[in-house]
Amino acid sequence: MMSRRNLGVALALAMGAAPAKADTIEVTIEKLVFSPAKIEAKVGDTIRWVNKDVFAHTATVNGAWEVMISPKKAASLTVKKAESVDYFCRFHPNMRGHLTVTSP
Amino acid sequence: MFIRSTTALAAVFLLSAAPLSQAADKPTDPQIAHIAYTAGVLDVEAAKQALKKSKNKEVVDFAKDMVRDHEAVNKQALDLVKKLKVTPEDNPTSKALTKAAAEERAKLAKLKGAAFDKAYVASEVAYHKQVNGALETLLIPSASNAELKSLLETGLKIFQGHEQHAEHVAGMLK
Repeated sequence: MMSRRNLGVALALAMGAAPAKADTIEVTIEKLVFSPAKIEAKVGDTIRWVNKDVFAHTATVNGAWEVMISPKKAASLTVKKAESVDYFCRFHPNMRGHLTVTSP
Repeated sequence: MFIRSTTALAAVFLLSAAPLSQAADKPTDPQIAHIAYTAGVLDVEAAKQALKKSKNKEVVDFAKDMVRDHEAVNKQALDLVKKLKVTPEDNPTSKALTKAAAEERAKLAKLKGAAFDKAYVASEVAYHKQVNGALETLLIPSASNAELKSLLETGLKIFQGHEQHAEHVAGMLK
């Protein structure tokens, strides 16, 4: 028997997955530059930052979210709401990018 | 405060005066490698002092970032000089930087708590500004090896990032 709560989770999963195929958008970080600097995504897509530097970086939106990207590693974020935000690296605030998320 | 600014200014003058003088005074690649490496080591030493003395989370985090980044960039520098078979060569600019940093550390050693935090972060802003100026006006234009130039350019971006980061932390300490 499925509890009400599990049913809710199942429904949420089904609804979240159903409407459109989620894409992964890749941003490369090399020599302290986000490339491409401007990206567009749909709600449900994943942004994947690939850090080619030997330095740790972050993708940070003040007061909202932060993704830590270790040296020579990649890190991801699945975007959950429509927004248009500037993000930057907290360690090197001269590194800037822009993310536009639209509703699917 | 006045003394620190004067020292920094004197060092900036020393560094930026060079391109105005004769071309013979242009630092060579072995000297440039030494200056860049020294600048990194000095900032790591300053950060280690801060890690011992500060209890402020922002300041401690910033100092940890400095240690991590400058050690990483200096490792790259060492790998590069090894590859290029260049032996870094001590020079008046490296000596001046080292002397100024030792004086700054001695001054900071006498401070405690919030006074230390403020002075350390202010000194980091000034130091990164000074090194950025040297990189932009002297070291990068003088470097003849393309790989060294490229590493210095990455170093400049790192230092510029640190300068902004330090300014941000300074703003939070007010």
